[in-house]
Amino acid sequence: MNQTVSRLTWNIPGDLHQLFGFHFMVNAFRAGTVVAIVAGAVGWFMVLRRASFVGHTLAVVSFPGAAGAIWLGISVTAGYFAASIAAALVIAMVPPSRTGGSTSGEAAVIGTVQAFALACGVLFVSLYSGILDSVTGLLFGTFLGISDEQVLTLLIVGAAVLVALGAMARPLFFASVDPDVASARRVPVRLLSTLYLVLLGCTAAEVSQITGALLVFALLVMPAAAAQQVTVRPGWSFLLTITLALAVTWLALGAAYFYSYPVGFYVTSFGFAAYALAVAGRAISGWAGSRASADMRPLAMVDG
Amino acid sequence: MTVLVANPFIGGLHMLDHPFLRYAFAAGTCIALASGLIGYFVVLRSQVFTGDALSHVAFTGSLAALALGLDLRVGLYGACIGFALLLAFLGRRANADDTVIGTVFAWILGIGALFLSIYTTTRSGSGGFTGNAGVNVLFGSIFGLSSGQALTDAVVALAVVLAVVFIGRPLLFASLDEAVASARGVPVRWLDYIFLVLVGITAGEATQAVGALLLLGLLAAPAGAAQRLTPRPFAALWLSAAIAVVSVWVGLTLAYAFPRIPPSFGILSVATACYLLSFLVTTGARRVVDRGGASRRGPGNRRNLVISHGEAS
Repeated sequence: MNQTVSRLTWNIPGDLHQLFGFHFMVNAFRAGTVVAIVAGAVGWFMVLRRASFVGHTLAVVSFPGAAGAIWLGISVTAGYFAASIAAALVIAMVPPSRTGGSTSGEAAVIGTVQAFALACGVLFVSLYSGILDSVTGLLFGTFLGISDEQVLTLLIVGAAVLVALGAMARPLFFASVDPDVASARRVPVRLLSTLYLVLLGCTAAEVSQITGALLVFALLVMPAAAAQQVTVRPGWSFLLTITLALAVTWLALGAAYFYSYPVGFYVTSFGFAAYALAVAGRAISGWAGSRASADMRPLAMVDG
Repeated sequence: MTVLVANPFIGGLHMLDHPFLRYAFAAGTCIALASGLIGYFVVLRSQVFTGDALSHVAFTGSLAALALGLDLRVGLYGACIGFALLLAFLGRRANADDTVIGTVFAWILGIGALFLSIYTTTRSGSGGFTGNAGVNVLFGSIFGLSSGQALTDAVVALAVVLAVVFIGRPLLFASLDEAVASARGVPVRWLDYIFLVLVGITAGEATQAVGALLLLGLLAAPAGAAQRLTPRPFAALWLSAAIAVVSVWVGLTLAYAFPRIPPSFGILSVATACYLLSFLVTTGARRVVDRGGASRRGPGNRRNLVISHGEAS
């Protein structure tokens, strides 16, 4: 393959030409673009709702879905979606912690769902007994073999998720920021939370086809976490989240093409770099601001 | 191995003739005791997500040690304890919420993927273990413990158990009401550090039993079940340990009887079944109590409904 001799040079148009010379790289970029936009949008709400643990659980659940589909000989894509959506519904069935008395029960349920789902994944792998090589692919991602129809599926599901998210964005935002007031205003908080979990499941299933089940969470949480450090305005931070997600994904795919380490490593590293920059920038601006005037600190005010 | 299915009595008697099963049972019992006790406090203190984070750190630590040619357990315990200390430090300084923890551990896991790739490419010639190393760390290899490893695991796990017994009472106080405990002179801050270090050690232990990805279940499921079954803290603490131990015993037996079942799946499915059962038992019991007319704190939305009716009339 030509891939082994490809090297990054300072001739940027030449590099890009080389990068897009292969159909599989074009497909990887198409799929990555879809996945980044959806993950950014859904992840923004995840960070807003402080639902990282649920997001992570739904993300890793796609591994048993894929492994089970391989074992049963059905479509892997179907396995991804079925497992994630099923797990989303199971978690949604658990009553929210605030009403149940103990605040920690819900977390224990989520943790148990996650561990049991992964254990099922091990079982499927063991029953199939022949895909040991692709286990790491399922867990840590591969971007080399994305077919045209896979891209099409990703595009259709991604568009559906975005449309649904757009339709419920305003009440969901309200319910996420202040569930008590929202439910007093007759916003169906519980229903919204269930619908959101299903969307999160669909997104996790989409993303894990690129980054692998274990690293979906990075694309969900990192851009949103970085953006919400930079600005507190919902609209701006939403746009910034999607921009960061796209940048991280494109850079990671490019880097993984030229330097053959796992794409998941690049996604998480670039994402974390963005987050670290955002935190550092905020700290510097806060420090400068506090030196300039003691009482003009909008960011700190929102935190309090 | 299917003797156990054909003739459970004879099979059961001879099951422990196999050294690998003896080691697995010995180490597994101690690890389950430690996980059950620590898990109870993890759930009580709402630090389940911390356990989740540690499970990924355990993976990266192990693979880093392997990639550098060190003993796997050096990296495993080093990473777990180091990350636990970092979390304790962050939790004290700023509000380390889920987003921060999630961002950090997602990145650490990405580094783990890098180490896995380095390890598998540089050492691909040296036998069958390399291909499985990542999978073994992620999903456990309790049937592969040597006698020395099993002994170390058992000793470390029992040390954790002793530590929990020793600090159990003040830790419970600090977990339930930190402000009052601190006012009464309980060293809340030190307990935080000690507890998280214990969680780190337990995570390292459990990684060897059920694997990095599944240790969360061994921490969360028995504790969650015990918490639902009894409101009394110390009863729940030991019930959690008991459920964990039973899960390991039954799970190992299942895996021995049916060789296609991985031991970690057996353990986790029993633990999950216990948790599910606790839901059924408690909701059934509450329904009976409801029918009897005894007062109980109802779900918030129902209470809100009652209040709004009252205001309307």
